[in-house]
Amino acid sequence: MSHHLVSLADVHFRYPDGTPALRGASFTLHHGESVGLVGANGAGKSTVLLLLAGVIFAERGSVRVGDWPVTPATLAHVRRALGMVFQDPDDQLFLPTVEDDVAFGPANLGLPPEEVRERAEAALTRVGALHLRRRPPHRLSGGEKRAVAIATVLAMRPDILVMDEPSSHLDPAGRRALIDQLRAFEHTKIVASHDLDLVQDVCRRTIVLDGGTVAADGPTGEVLAGRDLLSRARLEPPLRVQACPRCGSGG
Amino acid sequence: MHATLTRLGSLDDLAARDTPAARLDPRAKVIATLGFVAVVASFGRHDLLRLTPLLAYPLALAALGDVPLRPLLLRLALAAPFVIGVAAFEPLLDRSPALSLGGWEVSGGALSSATILLKFLLSLSAALLLVATTGFDAVCVALRRLGAPRALTTQLLLTFRYLFVLGEEAARALRAHALRSPDHPRPTLRAAGTLLGHLLVRSLARAERVHAAMRCRGFAGDLRLLRSFRLRPADLAFLAAAAALLVAARAADLPALLGAALGALPAGGFR
Repeated sequence: MSHHLVSLADVHFRYPDGTPALRGASFTLHHGESVGLVGANGAGKSTVLLLLAGVIFAERGSVRVGDWPVTPATLAHVRRALGMVFQDPDDQLFLPTVEDDVAFGPANLGLPPEEVRERAEAALTRVGALHLRRRPPHRLSGGEKRAVAIATVLAMRPDILVMDEPSSHLDPAGRRALIDQLRAFEHTKIVASHDLDLVQDVCRRTIVLDGGTVAADGPTGEVLAGRDLLSRARLEPPLRVQACPRCGSGG
Repeated sequence: MHATLTRLGSLDDLAARDTPAARLDPRAKVIATLGFVAVVASFGRHDLLRLTPLLAYPLALAALGDVPLRPLLLRLALAAPFVIGVAAFEPLLDRSPALSLGGWEVSGGALSSATILLKFLLSLSAALLLVATTGFDAVCVALRRLGAPRALTTQLLLTFRYLFVLGEEAARALRAHALRSPDHPRPTLRAAGTLLGHLLVRSLARAERVHAAMRCRGFAGDLRLLRSFRLRPADLAFLAAAAALLVAARAADLPALLGAALGALPAGGFR
């Protein structure tokens, strides 16, 4: 695997209705990094993730995952290296039981049934959801669905974990459990989120997208302290760096 | 709507219990049920009495699966209006006498109507009992392993899974409509059309996202489920018993034979 694990170089993309989503976005991620991808609605966060997973392809510029350019011909390699957790777990959990769903990816890798079971069990254990294995997805809570959705990707043992708005639909306890899990993963992580507090907890590096281009890229603490930058990108600083609304202290 | 879907899903819960019927190989139950429905369908419109021995199959499966009567009857009642609608016209179409029961003349239409209702009862109860003792997912896997087209079983599995998601979306849309329309909580025909259109558009968008998620995990057209089936002596015994009942019911007029044996009915039966 290449030392430069993920890269976008001058990537342009517009949706079929003509809406431009990315206009020359570029960045490079290295092995083991945890990166927050933040930006307002329409900034291009989800588009970047879909490009990395090979769900859509760049009009111009190049997208690379490991040693592979992301093209229709390299998808099998790309998807072994990169696992994507979608924003809505109901999009990700499509099989009758949790166990079936977590085993789906490893089974498609052509692994023998014993290894498929072992991987599914290990992934569910990792996210604390082994007790849910026989349950149908429609009987799970939002937090349980999120944990299982992450397990479906972990079971494929990707090098890179990519997540789109992982804290949406979670209650505070579920969100805290998710943060603890994400911090424990050693994978290279890319987390696209509006939840800047989560990004601050999980990611060492943050990339701000604005209007389809990279507006800032640096250590999370520095980027999230840039009030003007965040304001221009239609974002607000994480709650913990905002001043107290009553006394004005902190921040 | 949510309650209806919950009831639908509760049949799967029954299948999760450890009962003699649940332990049977799903393929054996699928074969027996398909054979049963085919034999039921093969009887003529006046073969009411010849169908009655077939009640033994759903009764036996319900007993083996410890399936409570109430949820079964509730589901039969849900589908009943359609069949009753069809059966209700039969007595009007055929008024010629078909048999005499203790001095009462029964018309061909009335007999045909009762036969339709019994066929419905038998076929649907067998299908519901198959799900209640096997689980919908295992039924789909069994169908696939028995050679059913991949596209069919994949569609069935995904439809069953997303029925609940779609139902919740529809319930939310109806609730939102009712909250903003206090005088007419039920949508008008026009509003219902718009709601259905929205649901269709949302379903299409979701289908695209689900397909993307499936491709990201290596989907190449086949939904592989972790299920290992093994035919054991109990499965073969079940299949043999079901086959014996079906062949006997189809080949012979069992009620007439029973009547003749008891000396209460003529050997020709009620035909």
